Amino acid sequence: MSTTAKAPATVRMRTWSGDNVLKIYAFIAFVYLLLPVAYTFVFSFNDAGRTNLVWRGFTLDNWRNPCGAPQVCESVVNSVVLAAGVTVVATILGAMIAFALVRHQFRGRSTTNLTIFLPMATPEVVLGSSLLALFLNVFVPLGFWTVFIAHVMFCISFVVVTVKARVASLDARLEQAAMDLYASEREAFRRITLPLVMPGIAAAALLAFSLSFDDFIITNFNSGQFTTFPKFVYVASTRGIPAQANVIASAMFFIALALVLISQIRSMRRKEV
Amino acid sequence: MSIAAAIADTLEEQPHHNKPQKAGKLTPYWLMLPGLLWLAIFFVVPLVTLFGTSLMTPVPGGEVGEFEQTFHFANYWNTLTDSTYYVPLFRSFLYAGAATLLALAIGYPLAYAIAFKGGKYRNLLLVLVIAPFFVSFILRTVAWRQILADEGPVVAILRWAGLVSETGGVYPSAFAVIMGLTYNFLPFMTLPIYASLERVDHRLIEAAGDLYAKPITGFRKVTFPLSLPGVVAGTLLTFIPAAGDYVNAALLGRPSNTMIGNRIEYTFLSVNDYPTAAVLSFILMASILVLVLFYVRRLGTEDLV
Repeated sequence: MSTTAKAPATVRMRTWSGDNVLKIYAFIAFVYLLLPVAYTFVFSFNDAGRTNLVWRGFTLDNWRNPCGAPQVCESVVNSVVLAAGVTVVATILGAMIAFALVRHQFRGRSTTNLTIFLPMATPEVVLGSSLLALFLNVFVPLGFWTVFIAHVMFCISFVVVTVKARVASLDARLEQAAMDLYASEREAFRRITLPLVMPGIAAAALLAFSLSFDDFIITNFNSGQFTTFPKFVYVASTRGIPAQANVIASAMFFIALALVLISQIRSMRRKEV
Repeated sequence: MSIAAAIADTLEEQPHHNKPQKAGKLTPYWLMLPGLLWLAIFFVVPLVTLFGTSLMTPVPGGEVGEFEQTFHFANYWNTLTDSTYYVPLFRSFLYAGAATLLALAIGYPLAYAIAFKGGKYRNLLLVLVIAPFFVSFILRTVAWRQILADEGPVVAILRWAGLVSETGGVYPSAFAVIMGLTYNFLPFMTLPIYASLERVDHRLIEAAGDLYAKPITGFRKVTFPLSLPGVVAGTLLTFIPAAGDYVNAALLGRPSNTMIGNRIEYTFLSVNDYPTAAVLSFILMASILVLVLFYVRRLGTEDLV
């Protein structure tokens, strides 16, 4: 930027317009990203009746009674319970693998890396249909647990890469310093390593939760009669989605946004101090 | 942000300064055992089962959905030469490719603007990029149906601009499907590119300027090559799920816009023709792997696998 100060007017002109074209472009991209979110929010106030496709007038009824339409709240509860369980199991299993990969030298590392990478490079239809093929072959009844198994499976890899990035950026000398100060290996891990890796683990847990909560394709293959929120919305989309679904989605959006913003502001404050 | 970094890191081995610990030799194996076991039983075994299923044939005189193992490799040939299957397969790659290019065209400048012009609002802008994830992706796709509908704002603008005739529309169509795919996977493109742009040392760009490189040359020779890992990660994270997706085609397309994902879902869950669905899944996975390997080789990031 400092170089533009003495540059001839034409060059300054060019950078100025370049900058602004970029900013306008980014603004349009944000409109594109957020337009459907805005639509979902606006239509949560629609006096919709059975099909929420056209605007029929403003009402707060949907927000006053979010469980008003059949199955909406039931499917949301299912999704939350499922995602919470999946998050706990996938985060623990994934974090353990991440520690092993970064902190230990062992044979079979590249095979492990490949096993972690492949589920992320496999389309969801293939993951879903292959698990269904297995469940059909061994006659496992479809339901909550088959979905749970499937979700943990595809979440593990994402947890591993998220935690791995954090562990890898840690300075191992901190741990050594602790041990030089007569901490046992276990103590050094518990009091030094774990607190430092915690933000990475938290990010991984958040990612696992949102992946599980929003998954549709794999769930659709392995759920049988069990209904999650995305599955409910998809099934309802053929005959009309109740406005209550928009209420739930909008509420989720604002809760998540608030959580993220609070943590952002906190970390900004910490940097200022 | 750590999510973005993590996505980019999948594709490059971290240059970490961690010395491996001396701890017991078996420790890493114990640490990995539960997770890898889970992946082995619920990812590897199912793929093997699926391959087995793909070679089955119907039980003679049996009911719908009853199959026996006959190692009938001709299933692959029969499916590949059937236009009800190879056309959607080809269409999937076409749509996913178009969506990936569009997402790159939108996502790269967006990531660049956030990384270099975002200033103190960078984190806030990043939150806005991932914010759509918080609303169920199916609801967002349904919202596009309303936005692109004949009474919606997009058609109104296009009619005003004369790009669409007074009675013409854009939904349902191939355009709507590609737009939906682009939309749904745009954050997956933007975040890894941002992660690698954020790491670019600004002094390198200044140095290029000091050596009389025009800004555009500096970008071409310094910034862009340094952001390439993010571009590779982003295109893969967009292309792979887009090629297998069936939600966008189902919600935004016509029957003539079906993709291979729709075929797999329909064949598996509605027709109960498990062998054909299995064959299609395998062909999809194999063709994606081949494309990915070829692509990654071309760009020279070989430590991916």
